[in-house]
Amino acid sequence: MTYVVKPKFHHPELPKNKLGYTHRDYEGKISTLCAGCGHDSITASIIEACFELSIEPHRVAKISGIGCSSKTPDYFLGNSHGFNSVHGRMPSVLTGANLANRDLIYLGVSGDGDSASIGLGQFAHAMRRGVNMVYIVENNGVYGLTKGQFSATADRGSKSKRGVTNTDSAIDMVGIALQLGASFVARSFSGDKKQLVPIVKAAIEHRGAAFIDVISPCVAFNNHAGSTKSFDYVREHNEAVNFLDFMTGRAPIHVDYAPGTVEMVEQHDGTTLALRKLNAEYDVHDRLAAMNFIAHHASQGQIVTGLLYVEQDASDLHGHLNTVDAPLNALGEKELCPGSAALDKINASLR
Amino acid sequence: MPIQSVNDFVVRFANVNGSGSASANELFARAVLRMGVPVAPRNIFPSNIQGLPTWYEVRISQAGYLGARGGTDLMVAMNPQTWDKDVAGIEPGGYLLYDSTKPMPKSKFRDDITVIGVPLTAICNREYSDPRQRQLFKNIIYVGALSALLDMDVGEIEKLIAEQYKGKEKLFDANKHALHLGRDWVMMNMEHPIGLRLQRANAVGDRIFIEGNSAAALGAVYGGATVCAWYPITPSSSLAEAFTRHCNRLRVDAANKQNKFAIVQAEDELASIGIVIGASWNGARAFTATSGPGISLMQEFLGLAYFAEIPAVVFDVQRAGPSTGMPTRTQQTDIISCAYASHGDTKHVLLFPEDPAETFDFGAIAFDLADRLQTPVFVMMDLDIGMNHRLCRPLNWDDSRKYDRGKVMAAVALEAGKDFGRYLDVDGDGIPYRTYPGTHPTKGSFFTRGTSRDRYARYTEEGPAYADNMQRLLRKFETAKDLVPRPIQANAEKPTKYGVIYFGSTSPAMDEAIEMLEASGQYLDRLRVRAFPFHSSVTSFIAEHDFIFVIEQNRDAQLRSLIVNECGIDPVRLVPILHYDGTPITARFIARAIGEHLDALKITPLRKVVS
Repeated sequence: MTYVVKPKFHHPELPKNKLGYTHRDYEGKISTLCAGCGHDSITASIIEACFELSIEPHRVAKISGIGCSSKTPDYFLGNSHGFNSVHGRMPSVLTGANLANRDLIYLGVSGDGDSASIGLGQFAHAMRRGVNMVYIVENNGVYGLTKGQFSATADRGSKSKRGVTNTDSAIDMVGIALQLGASFVARSFSGDKKQLVPIVKAAIEHRGAAFIDVISPCVAFNNHAGSTKSFDYVREHNEAVNFLDFMTGRAPIHVDYAPGTVEMVEQHDGTTLALRKLNAEYDVHDRLAAMNFIAHHASQGQIVTGLLYVEQDASDLHGHLNTVDAPLNALGEKELCPGSAALDKINASLR
Repeated sequence: MPIQSVNDFVVRFANVNGSGSASANELFARAVLRMGVPVAPRNIFPSNIQGLPTWYEVRISQAGYLGARGGTDLMVAMNPQTWDKDVAGIEPGGYLLYDSTKPMPKSKFRDDITVIGVPLTAICNREYSDPRQRQLFKNIIYVGALSALLDMDVGEIEKLIAEQYKGKEKLFDANKHALHLGRDWVMMNMEHPIGLRLQRANAVGDRIFIEGNSAAALGAVYGGATVCAWYPITPSSSLAEAFTRHCNRLRVDAANKQNKFAIVQAEDELASIGIVIGASWNGARAFTATSGPGISLMQEFLGLAYFAEIPAVVFDVQRAGPSTGMPTRTQQTDIISCAYASHGDTKHVLLFPEDPAETFDFGAIAFDLADRLQTPVFVMMDLDIGMNHRLCRPLNWDDSRKYDRGKVMAAVALEAGKDFGRYLDVDGDGIPYRTYPGTHPTKGSFFTRGTSRDRYARYTEEGPAYADNMQRLLRKFETAKDLVPRPIQANAEKPTKYGVIYFGSTSPAMDEAIEMLEASGQYLDRLRVRAFPFHSSVTSFIAEHDFIFVIEQNRDAQLRSLIVNECGIDPVRLVPILHYDGTPITARFIARAIGEHLDALKITPLRKVVS
């Protein structure tokens, strides 16, 4: 489909959001990924989330590394600035961008090769620092663009399309994110838009490092029997612990679920999430318990999905650095240059 | 015959690293300066925190020579590990000050020097019981001894101690006491002053005494840098630390105590430059400070910044490579790796400051150039400039100066329907317009990428579109030639066929070498290159002379290669003069090397002799 120019017309009665925008206003260029690619479903979920939150597209900066997943920012939010940077280095570029202008929404898109192999270090340090961002890993356990090599998230014992068995143990990025201090951690499945869209919305509204690991099967190289990242395998082994029914902004909300089944999670910036618990044992505010729960289920071959951890009073890098409220890129000579009188004093102190 | 000299000699302190000698030695240097006599101190230190040998060399020169001289007139030998080498390094007729508490065999000395034994340890042990005090005050005691031996104004030393311990009376008294212990011992027990003496002069003027790293950091503050990302590496760490210090003093909002800066100590140099590029892409002024190994690590990102046209400022405080090399020794050795940093065809802007004052200037200009040219700009310092205090002109700032943010298209222009092509050369100077993220709801957004694209930033692998872009980048580099600081030319008093090209920290040694050469009747025109790409005057300077000496502090004549390559010069005409043992280049070295070449050139050709 990539040779087709994307048509601009749309149905006159397409639903509009608060800004008067339709879905089409949140789309980007036509995807050049393979037909049926899980990544395109994630793209659709991001578009849906931004539409539903009535985000102004140009207030979003989309930053990625290199790989199939990193191409996707070209396929959504066409009116946003995008930056397809260097393999494995999205987190540092995004950190810098975030420091320059704290007022934009930062969407970091990466893959398992990009973030678990070459970029594991940068991923880890962005989580540690609490950069206010949504960090989405489109995780297919395989290098797609270079045709099917294992990535570091491929499970030990899983088979490649060529029949090779992976002997290295897998990196669980959710576990690492939890350990390193991410204040919002979720896992979802590209094939489950109903679960993924509210998670993306919640992550956007979260202030701090929000990490989402999205299992996203590679239809070309990792969707066969023996793979643990195929559509069939993930569907069979998915253990959803909760479900975000809806996301709200700062307006009061009313819930008509039976008491005890829905937990209202208030975030630091005043937003609230309504969380429907599917597993009564699971506590989204207990980092250690979450790590334990996930590891335990992983050992039984189950993939835990849902909102796995959220820190209610999270802080971010700007808070740690005590930066001014105004974006740093909006400051000029007046705010930044101490002037000649101050320099004269400095000179005098150096004699 | 003992050397007799007033206000013109070299004192070298040999110490053990971590013994607290640095502040005492600096106190000595500052005291000389306060007497109105120029000094050029240099730290020669190991890559070590405690235990290995370290030296502090103070060149005292009323004539104002600030380059390293070479040789030692007075050795303050406080390190038994290096005793033999230190004693051997003293000039004939020179002096040796040592701790005479323990008797030394005569074979450990030389007959042609004056030996001055002061029982420092004995004085210390008599006075102090705490081992740490014994150690620290021993340093102050030898400064006191020197004050008597060199006939210094002890009042100036006391004033400096008072400034240092302002509000800490007890510490002031203790230090002053230790100073006089040494001074009094010399006055009572030996002939003083010696043949080397200090006399009050008026040769310092309004100059300031500052380390290049601190001046560069101030340049970044004045130049409007708001984001700094760095990874610790000698000799550049103190630049980022100085930026932090300056910002805490100069950039905190007085009303709400919030910071108008963001400093991140990153996990490595890749992340440092990534943060700089991300911040610059988003319209903030950002920089990193690093050294050679960091430059190597940043290569991939630097290519992205060149190709995607994102401003970035990199302070490279060079040290001796390759690999870990000699991390605490100076060299000018990253010229090629910065000029052509990254894979593919790249060229980068380099600035070559000569001293801290120019480092301040270039440190600020670098941000204007990076924004104007939308490309990385390297400020090429070295350890000699960065980590030593240097006497230089006061830092200067014109309050009417405005930051040049380059070609940034704002919402108004987009709204008015102005054609925006991120890589469209609208003005013919090779520099396109850019937009900051978040500028306009529907216009001016684009996708930044390291892959090839057309003039409107659309992905393409079409050969002509790629070549068109690469050609425009060359045009942009051509534009840079007239924007970067121009070379400074100084002609000899007499017409000459010979010229010399030099840059960076070689400056003070070069100035002195020229005087030495002229004194022996050898004249040279000189050109101090201050930036790459080279201004056309570099080519014309070379054209005007038969032979040009190119003075560098590296093995492979990197600047010469760059000139040959970029200006299309016959390499035969550029004679390399290379100093690369990790010590700062000296006037003696330059004058001797050039002198020998000139003598060789003067030999009458055989043809003429025969005819």
